[in-house]
Amino acid sequence: MIVKSLDPRINRAALDDERTDGVQTPMDQFETYEVFQQIKRGTHHTHVGTVHAPNEELALIFAKEQFCRRGTSVNIWIVRTDNIYTTPYEDADMFETSTYKDYREPDAYKVMDRIQAFKERTKA
Amino acid sequence: MYGNAYIEGGSDGVNTLVAGEDPVKLAEFEARIAAGDKIEPKDWMPKEYKKQLVRMIEQHAHSEVIGALPEGTWITRAPGFRRKLALMAKVQDEIGHAQLLYSAAETLGKSREDMINDLINGKSKYSNVFNYPAVTWADSAVIAWLIDAGAIVNQLANSKGSYGPYVRALERICAEESFHLKYGHDNVVFLATGTPKQREMVQDALNRWWEPIMHFFGPSDKASQHTEILMRWKVKMASNDDMRQTYLDMYVPKIWDLGLTLPDPNLKKNEETGKWEYTEPNWDVFKQVISGNGPCNKERLAVRRMAEEKGRWVRNAILRKEASYVTPLS
Repeated sequence: MIVKSLDPRINRAALDDERTDGVQTPMDQFETYEVFQQIKRGTHHTHVGTVHAPNEELALIFAKEQFCRRGTSVNIWIVRTDNIYTTPYEDADMFETSTYKDYREPDAYKVMDRIQAFKERTKA
Repeated sequence: MYGNAYIEGGSDGVNTLVAGEDPVKLAEFEARIAAGDKIEPKDWMPKEYKKQLVRMIEQHAHSEVIGALPEGTWITRAPGFRRKLALMAKVQDEIGHAQLLYSAAETLGKSREDMINDLINGKSKYSNVFNYPAVTWADSAVIAWLIDAGAIVNQLANSKGSYGPYVRALERICAEESFHLKYGHDNVVFLATGTPKQREMVQDALNRWWEPIMHFFGPSDKASQHTEILMRWKVKMASNDDMRQTYLDMYVPKIWDLGLTLPDPNLKKNEETGKWEYTEPNWDVFKQVISGNGPCNKERLAVRRMAEEKGRWVRNAILRKEASYVTPLS
């Protein structure tokens, strides 16, 4: 049956609600690209999400439309998802900092006590 | 824009839900969630967790796409250039939200084509409110204010959920929806403080939308182990009734403030319990509309199908045959 609508444009389109076409075939929506946005010069590019696109050129256009509608942006990168290499989450313990590595942290260096003691000692 | 998820299989016991799952991994998974940590796409997760999330995120994505239709219909007739620009921006946002949500659902292994096909074949659901027509401009104002408000209550709750990609999508969505809410409120206030004719228009729209709004968060949850476990896994973040109470608390006073009325004589806040009392909306109507017999179900799917059909030649023209699909990272 032809769909009757309050919207004149839909009536003009004369849509048949019994049609079953429109089904998508695999890869209709293309491959995926990861999007990195820089909101201001001098800041890092940050991952903001994914777009589907058939090539880099369109991926950049879609990324701009999807992630830069508000606020500021000065630059975007897109990277084909396939080209990103990641560490597995199950190996996250490789990032654990054990206490004996505190020599990497600025807090591990306390010199004021020693300087004070030196000053006391040499004052006389 | 989205209402609360419809949880299926309410009477299943915990044992059937987690049947066959590795008890050690399940315990680790639950401990991670209890500690407030997020689950990421490649992490181990129970089958039921994945199934419910795919269904829920997919429904949410479809709701954004279909939700753009009742409002989109008013773009050409929006009163004034500024409102036309704002409405176009809002509708574009809704489609953008769908794109974010489809990507989040894809990380769980369902392809975008499958989701879109399930939508146009009527296999997947979307929020029930979008099966109602926007009869006048005032309806589009009521949708933008009060339906988006409901969606925000729901989405803010879900953005505290446990699945990383969904949470990230929702954070961006919630930030963008705040403009929708202000825009909708502005439109309703303009009509409600305008001429008698304008007030009548907005009151009529409110009368039409009250039942769909009361339906929006879904019927009271059945107390079941299923609901309990989904809440423990932070898939479902609040009961339907609790969300409805939050919503009524935030918006009924704002509606009454404008001297507008709501078509329920029993609607009032019980000062002793702090809860809103109301007439239960007709849940048979709700079920009828969900199962395809609402005023606009057929139109919504027919328009969606037309978009797929008419856009196909463009997609085919730019398709690179050698490209192969990869699941989005996060």
